[in-house]
Amino acid sequence: MQSRALERSRNLRIDWRQYLVYVGFIALFLFFAITLRDSGFTTTNNLLNIARQTAIIATMAVAMTFVIAAGQIDLSVGAIAGLASVTTALTIARFGPVAGVAAGLLTGLLVGAVNGLLVTRLLMPSFLVTLGMMGVARGSAMWITDTAPVPILNERYNAIFGSGSIGPVPSLLIWIIVVTAIGAVVLRKTTYGRQVLATGGNERAARFTGVDTRRIGFLVLTVSGVVAALAGMLYAGRLQSGRFQWGEGDELSVIAAVVLGGTSLFGGSGSVVGSVLGALLIGVVNNGLILMGLESSQQIIIRGGIIIVAVALASRK
Amino acid sequence: MSELAVQMSGISKSFSGTRVLHAVDFELRPGEVHALVGGNGAGKSTLMKILQGVYTADEGRIAVNGQPVEIRSPHDAGALGIGMIFQEFSLIPTLTVAQNIFLTREPRSGGLIDDRASEQRTRELFEEMDERVDPRAMVGDLSTGYWQLTEIAKALAQEARILIMDEPTSTLTATETQSLFALMQKLKARGISIIYISHRMEEIFQTTDRVTVLRDGRWISTEPTSQLTMERVIDDIVGKTMEGAFAWQERQVERTGTPLLEVRGLSAGGRVRDVSFSLYPGEILGIAGLMGSGRTELARAIFGIDRIDAGEVLIRGERAPIRVPDDAIAAGVALIPEDRRSQGLVLDHTVKDNLLLPMLPRLQQFGLVDDARGARIAKGFVESLQIKTRSVETPVRLLSGGNQQKVVIGKWLATEPDILIMDEPTAGVDIGAKTEILGVIRRLADAGKGIIVISSEPAELLAVSDRIVILHDGSVQRELDRREIVTEEELHHAVQSA
Repeated sequence: MQSRALERSRNLRIDWRQYLVYVGFIALFLFFAITLRDSGFTTTNNLLNIARQTAIIATMAVAMTFVIAAGQIDLSVGAIAGLASVTTALTIARFGPVAGVAAGLLTGLLVGAVNGLLVTRLLMPSFLVTLGMMGVARGSAMWITDTAPVPILNERYNAIFGSGSIGPVPSLLIWIIVVTAIGAVVLRKTTYGRQVLATGGNERAARFTGVDTRRIGFLVLTVSGVVAALAGMLYAGRLQSGRFQWGEGDELSVIAAVVLGGTSLFGGSGSVVGSVLGALLIGVVNNGLILMGLESSQQIIIRGGIIIVAVALASRK
Repeated sequence: MSELAVQMSGISKSFSGTRVLHAVDFELRPGEVHALVGGNGAGKSTLMKILQGVYTADEGRIAVNGQPVEIRSPHDAGALGIGMIFQEFSLIPTLTVAQNIFLTREPRSGGLIDDRASEQRTRELFEEMDERVDPRAMVGDLSTGYWQLTEIAKALAQEARILIMDEPTSTLTATETQSLFALMQKLKARGISIIYISHRMEEIFQTTDRVTVLRDGRWISTEPTSQLTMERVIDDIVGKTMEGAFAWQERQVERTGTPLLEVRGLSAGGRVRDVSFSLYPGEILGIAGLMGSGRTELARAIFGIDRIDAGEVLIRGERAPIRVPDDAIAAGVALIPEDRRSQGLVLDHTVKDNLLLPMLPRLQQFGLVDDARGARIAKGFVESLQIKTRSVETPVRLLSGGNQQKVVIGKWLATEPDILIMDEPTAGVDIGAKTEILGVIRRLADAGKGIIVISSEPAELLAVSDRIVILHDGSVQRELDRREIVTEEELHHAVQSA
């Protein structure tokens, strides 16, 4: 009797919801590949284009997977990206690219650490802390640049961070592959990743077991800040300038990508590869709708609808 | 034998000025199963939380394996080989059995977690325990019996030599309970000591070597189980608490005509089986039974929270199809749940807002809530229930437990129910508030309402009930008229031997 109960529970574990993003991705891809055969959807150029446009969202989605799996949320990623693009551009202009990269990352580290401290020391909800931080970061970026774009003239920097390519492979694609690989291994195969899942799964139980859940909360938000800064630097490299508007509204696309990818908004489970596929799925939809010749207003409506349907399917108990 | 596994001596502890432990002594021998018993508020859990490092004692000494120790955190306790078998708190439902067992101590290879190694170790642990559990099963998908096995394996994986089990059988089926007892004997044979907290005398006499009784935060007795009788243990647990506040006030109830509520052959969710009883206007019906006997589930089924599988509920002689709580409320039934803080109140809202919540639709005029009238009604409740609060605008969280409970009662009275089901109405309130709540219950019955009081405290049931139904394993075991019961011991007995 016991083993029968166990078999049943094993069968339950083959949970189709986790694979929804894979199925959805393949289905939508085939749909566009067939219907948009003549509009060039499947050309290498277009596919690389999708990858390029998605890479930055996907990068942030990797870190957001940890944040959401730990039971937190980070609404400030888009604003941090904008601020980091600006600090990087300003520092490159004065002190060169190495200092620029350091400044960008430091920006993300600082903002993320403040988020983490407020959430874990003052026990404020991350939703409110990062909502507030969104304004602080975006406003700071506007203030220090006087809302003007800051051009980046360093060719080397631009090539590495987004504009260049190695042979036919765009550098953005390499970034996203590296970030995804690191994220997937850390979540699945390290103590830290396991403790992130435990904290989100049942915070109290994790604490009783000896997991320092406050440290976990602090770290996921800090890393999210650093990765958001990296995303901002990729914007800066791709668009060869720093500007406060870069990343505006990205937080919503990032969260949608993570949830589409099968990470529970209640914490406790998550998949880095799923999140990246979720981001790609959104990218494919955007691209397909443009090629279909839809107006941007129509695109926005359809994109919103697809996210609602997908999340509804993914979260049905 | 060698030195004691645990020796706690002269342990005292106070919480905000109230002393809950008075110089308590407790000792545990190696390879012993030691029962720790006592009524609610006797201090069992506080004592164990001190041993686990959740609280620190104000006074007293602890020695583990003969060495004096200071236990400042659960982590310290773990390092000393003390493991707690929680009911469910320390497992992560979204991780697998093996991942839970090795959480924070994962085996690694090349710096990365080696899940295969932890699954292998888990398999070995369960083999040693003679149990079959799939290490890769997701904990959230398993039944509570497996949760417990996982908890025990987790403690053993941490080399625990001292296990604390708090009411371990309350969520288990009879078969699961027996296999737990068999496992305890195996652990004992390996020299592992077990502190066993339970209300169930039968289990205590079946599995334990010695029994320590606490009452009102004091040590009462420690005796070998073989030299004890159930009478003796119950005497020690009860002491002499029957005077004063809990004295029975005899009431006259006419049990004629149509019952207010009649339950016929009710079964629900496997935890309630073929239960029948009736409740007359003006009557207080006590429901007794051990934890897990189906007390709470019965109330949930009548109130439409759990689905009724068989049987029927009649209200004022007519069949009442209750499918959701709204049906029950419409039929004049109110349920005052066990966990008032999470189920009964919005803690940050004011006394007034909480009281008026169920009657807001009736306070509306032209789409707006009539605030002045609401305030008058709320004040009326505060007076009639003697709720001690600075004003009706005070947030409920600032009130004491007893007064919070009165707000919950008042809130449901606002719906003008004829039938009130109260699950553990005085849990966690002090003795003074208890008396007052019992007084409120009596007054409501005098006003003609039918009241069901579910309680794990025999003293409380005896104080207010006109009749008492004893549940065991989901079925009605006995129904007693209050007049038939002379002493609290008798009721204890009836519940234990059900």
